Amino acid sequence: MFREVIIQLWKDKFARAALIVLGIIYLALFFADFIAPYTKDFSDRTMAYVPPSKVFTIDENGKFSKPYTYNYVREFDQNSLEIKYKFDRSKKHYIKFFSKGQPYKFLGLIPMKRHLFTTDEGGRMFLLGTDINGRDVFSRLLFGGRISMTIGFLALLVLFPIGLLYGGISGYFGGKVDMLMMRFAESIMAIPSFYLLIILASVLPSGMTSTQRFLLIVIILALIGWAGFARVVRGMVLSIKNEDYVQSAKSIGASDLRIIIKHILPQTTSFVIVAMTLSVPSYILSESGLSFLGLGIQQPDASWGNMLKEAQEFTNILYRPWLLTPGFLIFVSVLAFNLIGDTIRDVLDPKSKVR
Amino acid sequence: MDTLKYILKRILQTIPLLIIVSVVSFFIIRLSPVDPLAELKLNPSISPETVEKERARLGLDKPIIVQYGKWAISFVKGDLGVTSTGEKVSSKLAERIPNTLLLTSIVILLTWLVGVPLGILAAVRWKTPFDRIMTVVTSIGMAIPSFFFAVLLLMFAVRTGWFPIGGLTSAGYADMNIFGKFWDITHHLILPVFVLFTISLAGLQRQMRANMLDVLDSDYVKFARAKGLSENVVIYKHALRNAVNPMITLLGFEFAGLLSGAALTEYVFQYPGLGRLILEAVMKSDINLVMASLMMGAVMLILGNLIADILLIITDPRIRTGA
Repeated sequence: MFREVIIQLWKDKFARAALIVLGIIYLALFFADFIAPYTKDFSDRTMAYVPPSKVFTIDENGKFSKPYTYNYVREFDQNSLEIKYKFDRSKKHYIKFFSKGQPYKFLGLIPMKRHLFTTDEGGRMFLLGTDINGRDVFSRLLFGGRISMTIGFLALLVLFPIGLLYGGISGYFGGKVDMLMMRFAESIMAIPSFYLLIILASVLPSGMTSTQRFLLIVIILALIGWAGFARVVRGMVLSIKNEDYVQSAKSIGASDLRIIIKHILPQTTSFVIVAMTLSVPSYILSESGLSFLGLGIQQPDASWGNMLKEAQEFTNILYRPWLLTPGFLIFVSVLAFNLIGDTIRDVLDPKSKVR
Repeated sequence: MDTLKYILKRILQTIPLLIIVSVVSFFIIRLSPVDPLAELKLNPSISPETVEKERARLGLDKPIIVQYGKWAISFVKGDLGVTSTGEKVSSKLAERIPNTLLLTSIVILLTWLVGVPLGILAAVRWKTPFDRIMTVVTSIGMAIPSFFFAVLLLMFAVRTGWFPIGGLTSAGYADMNIFGKFWDITHHLILPVFVLFTISLAGLQRQMRANMLDVLDSDYVKFARAKGLSENVVIYKHALRNAVNPMITLLGFEFAGLLSGAALTEYVFQYPGLGRLILEAVMKSDINLVMASLMMGAVMLILGNLIADILLIITDPRIRTGA
């Protein structure tokens, strides 16, 4: 089944493109330390809101040259009262590939110094400009992506076992248990999910380490989604539990929990896979929304949502469009996940023709 | 008569739901380490007597069960306490809820007017270029984060100056005549409605298309075709009626999704709605306000589902007969 899904995904034009895009994104995130020219915490306070560096390959004499860039210098225009950034044309900074730059630990373990590209001493290379603290947006996109693109999966890993078990128990036992459990799940669903999300996030005490906060946000995201999922599982279990093989398992004296876990829940696998791929994007969106409001991942950690927080100011939207790049990345990855999810659903559930 | 009985039963079912919702949200908020009166105490314009009155009303020195009881009784009586700025929570809510309802109902109306026909068309022209293009367009609509889209539109509004930036009314609203007021509100609503419309249209169109495809595949449609009915009669008289029914259930869910989606959009556009109210309340840890708006959100959602169910009972006779 798994093989067939992959083959079908590859056959579909859109799904293949989506797979490739996601593959590139995840590879880039995995090698983020190496690809990013600066480390996560690097900031140059004199270089706040610098526009993207330009890379030149033709020098002032019109000849080809090794790629180089100029640093920006800040100038204050007395007439228009604006801060302007101009190239400091006095010194060229050549771009070096695979050379030594800021030290980092690859995946937090192996100490390394080489970066995909850096500039020579004194040069600054900001591919996508900098933010208010003079931090390289390109580097932070990579580090932020690590959080944004994994948080959804982690939330799903927490949520699915809970939802499966809850729905399984509720559907299997039926009667009063079912009624009580379902009323509770429905009441969770009756609170508008985003309201619940922000309230849970705001309850978090301040002064947690970033890892703690990350984990708690994963749990909060999971707390929002399980109810709806459990309800659907329960519906499926209701129809499965009357099958002959369940009855025969009962008659040979298997325990209830064993029947639920070993015999009933495996029947819901294809639904679970479809539901999982289709719900990853919504968790990516929830996390980014939460961080956008300042309730999710906190500074100095990056996530695509909290990087977009700066886009709340008009001056930034108008004059510093490079700060909007995380939004495009969210869009592209959510689109890719949706396309893949749709295709997987078509393969596993041929009856549905939503695409 | 049967219909009435069903509707009544359905209404009664919402009461336990509301009670559980209130218990759940009450305990979530009490989990927070924030002192619910801290903001009130810090506000110099609020007299110590008011703070004392609030303390007595919330019963903060009593066990949590008693606190919940006190809160629930005053909630039912309509007394929701005061906000950290000393205003009445109930009047604040009364001011905001209509705005959110206005926004969401316009969006629902528009998405239905556009999404259902587009879904039908895509299903009827299944696998034609039109259908493919619609699929691509809806995928894009589903993938764009609402707040990001809102930010982009704001950028557009600032650049062109065609639209007011945020709010619901202009500065001189009070002096306008009735047409001026109407135009002013419409003008302010265009962008937020457009954001929510784009995002919810995608889901609705896809659902309609899927339903329609299912129905077009069924035996009675094949039979209708076989006996030589014209394609228009088959589609619009036979197939459509059954394809629309599941959409009514979806109406409730759509309303839920919109309430959530609206919160971020309201925030970006500075729209005076319930979503932004709850956000601001959360950020200021204004407990009374958070609790009340959470409940109101839940009540609106439950009412939305209730209305959808009642519509379904009216339109679909199969449910009434208890099949």
